[in-house]
Amino acid sequence: MPLPWIIVFLPWLGALALAAIPAERLAARVNIAIAAASFLLSLLLFGYPHGEQGWTRVDALNIPFVVLSAFVGLTTAVFSAGQIAAEGFDTPRLRAYHLAFQGFLGAQALALLSDNLGVMWVAIEIATLASVLMVAAHRTPAAIEAAWKFFILCGVGIALALFGTIVLYLAAQPVAGVGDPGLSWAALRAVAAQCDEGLLNLAFVFLLVGYGTKAGLVPLHSWLPDAEAEGPITISAVLSGLLLNAALMAVLRAKAIVAAHPGTVAPGPFLIALGLASVLLAGLALWRRADARRFFAWSSIAHMGVAAFAFGFGGAVAALAGLLHMAGHSVVKSAIFFGVGLAARLKGSQRLADIGGLVATHPALGWGLAVAVVAVAGMPPFVMFTSEVLLLQETAARAWWLALPLGAGLFLTVAAKIATLQQMCLGDPTPDAPQPPDRMASLTALVPLWLHLGLALLLGLLMPAMVSALLAEAARMLQ
Amino acid sequence: MTFGQLPYDFAHLLGGAMVLLSFVLLYQRRVSAVINAFATQGALLAVAAAWQGFVQGAPQLYLTALIAFTAKAVLIPLALRTLVRRFDLHRTVETALGIGPSLIAGVALVALAILVVLPVTVAARVIVREDLALALSVVLLGMLMMITRRNAILQVVGLMSLENGLILAAVGVAGMPLVVELSTAALVLVVFVIAGVFVFQIRERFASVDIAFLETHRGERR
Repeated sequence: MPLPWIIVFLPWLGALALAAIPAERLAARVNIAIAAASFLLSLLLFGYPHGEQGWTRVDALNIPFVVLSAFVGLTTAVFSAGQIAAEGFDTPRLRAYHLAFQGFLGAQALALLSDNLGVMWVAIEIATLASVLMVAAHRTPAAIEAAWKFFILCGVGIALALFGTIVLYLAAQPVAGVGDPGLSWAALRAVAAQCDEGLLNLAFVFLLVGYGTKAGLVPLHSWLPDAEAEGPITISAVLSGLLLNAALMAVLRAKAIVAAHPGTVAPGPFLIALGLASVLLAGLALWRRADARRFFAWSSIAHMGVAAFAFGFGGAVAALAGLLHMAGHSVVKSAIFFGVGLAARLKGSQRLADIGGLVATHPALGWGLAVAVVAVAGMPPFVMFTSEVLLLQETAARAWWLALPLGAGLFLTVAAKIATLQQMCLGDPTPDAPQPPDRMASLTALVPLWLHLGLALLLGLLMPAMVSALLAEAARMLQ
Repeated sequence: MTFGQLPYDFAHLLGGAMVLLSFVLLYQRRVSAVINAFATQGALLAVAAAWQGFVQGAPQLYLTALIAFTAKAVLIPLALRTLVRRFDLHRTVETALGIGPSLIAGVALVALAILVVLPVTVAARVIVREDLALALSVVLLGMLMMITRRNAILQVVGLMSLENGLILAAVGVAGMPLVVELSTAALVLVVFVIAGVFVFQIRERFASVDIAFLETHRGERR
């Protein structure tokens, strides 16, 4: 079996095994072991020959993100092991939770690795299903409501994406021939210039709206804050860090096909408009959030907006900034959710007003969360500073009138995050919950948190040459 | 292949009947009637898929037809009826937009689908063009139903009707690979959610007539 399929099927087989394990601690350990094995396997992709192979492809665009997903999957599994006891699951829900977790990771890898657009669609559908299950796990009215919203909105979203995929095949069929080549990204990209431009336009609109819903772009974002606030805290880390990237990547693949035809309506302005709307709306919405997890979910909407803007703006530099931003967001946002999860358990509430003065009372967590918020706000020396400065410079040089709203939106989000940072980490300490989490729960949150921050610092200061070469090549592919 | 030839005419008859049933879904006032209309649409979809399999000589489409018939014409309607009975749900349809305005909006959406699809598919084969226009109509009408109905079950029916439109589009395009896989995957999501409702007895969600009732559980009251 080729390596890409092993990376997909290992978590799926693990999911089946986990569904059979009723013991909580054992299941959590097996979960970590599977995630660790997936991560080690994904590292082999760096040495794997590029190109498509059946339904999968390995290229500069997906290698960094598959490895990153596996890494976040591993750290989240560790985090999950410490938090699972506090979620209060009974045995069926515990099994369903682990099944959904590994099922999600496998689907996520397949979504990134697939060359066939139909397979990619199925993978994103499975990831949706798994995350709906996880969001609903608590079964409180709020969790059911969030899962329902998620299911309905993303159900419509992926349905529209499927329609777009069918239209894309219809466009390619006269040129690429009948059968699998008509859905292969590489083949479609090669023949796009000879396809009918009307059909390509139609396909792109549906794919953008469909996958854009899953990527959380305004005005298709409204499921995201609810889903991230109501599920188990671990789901927030993988939803924000991974699923949004896979969906945005699907939009980018569609854009690359459509843009290969000179006569189509340029896809860039659509992405720029959605991206700017996301950044600006999130910049305003962040100020009105009362719930810590909703606050950081809105921050994810802003960051996806920045990335979409970068890809829509086009050119190698902006595309590179967009890819860096996506990667940086994955690393930092999952770190934040580890910290917020632990803080919410310490204080017994996830309301921002109940979480205060962490630095004074819990220095390791307080400083970790503070540094993570600084990183997610795009401050130096972390990786998102690099990407935002790169993007703003490039925008200002080529289209200053677009740099103004982008800069304003970014300024609003940064200011809101700094205000929240002061309140959560530096303000007056709030009383702790009567039952603090045990040492194990703290350690499994703090170690991944600081590990992620270290990675964000590494990517920001001295990016390994191999990774930067890959990202540069990926940016050229998207240009 | 053009107007006046059997493969073309029959495919259109089936597609047109599916659009008609989408309108039926829009104007029915009783939940049980909506479920019946949905089951009929599922059966028509199965016939349409089988017909395309016959016309295109593509045997895998028979499988799609079989899956569509078993799931959408028999099992899911049965499950929905049981759900309505067991949870004693409200039997009438609560609409966010009146029946008249929703029908007018529906007609406008069909016109939109035709205006969008026909001009851009000049190069494609005739049968595909009009099939795609009909399929897009079903998709848009399904979305309209999801928007105008406040009852959770009817939203699921709207989503499944929307998926019927997708599968109609997929079987109409000759040689589309993975049709069976895609149509199954589209089904799985809905089936899991309905199964979840059964298994976990999420009664609160479905018992309320009005989904606005649960909007208060936003968790962010200040």
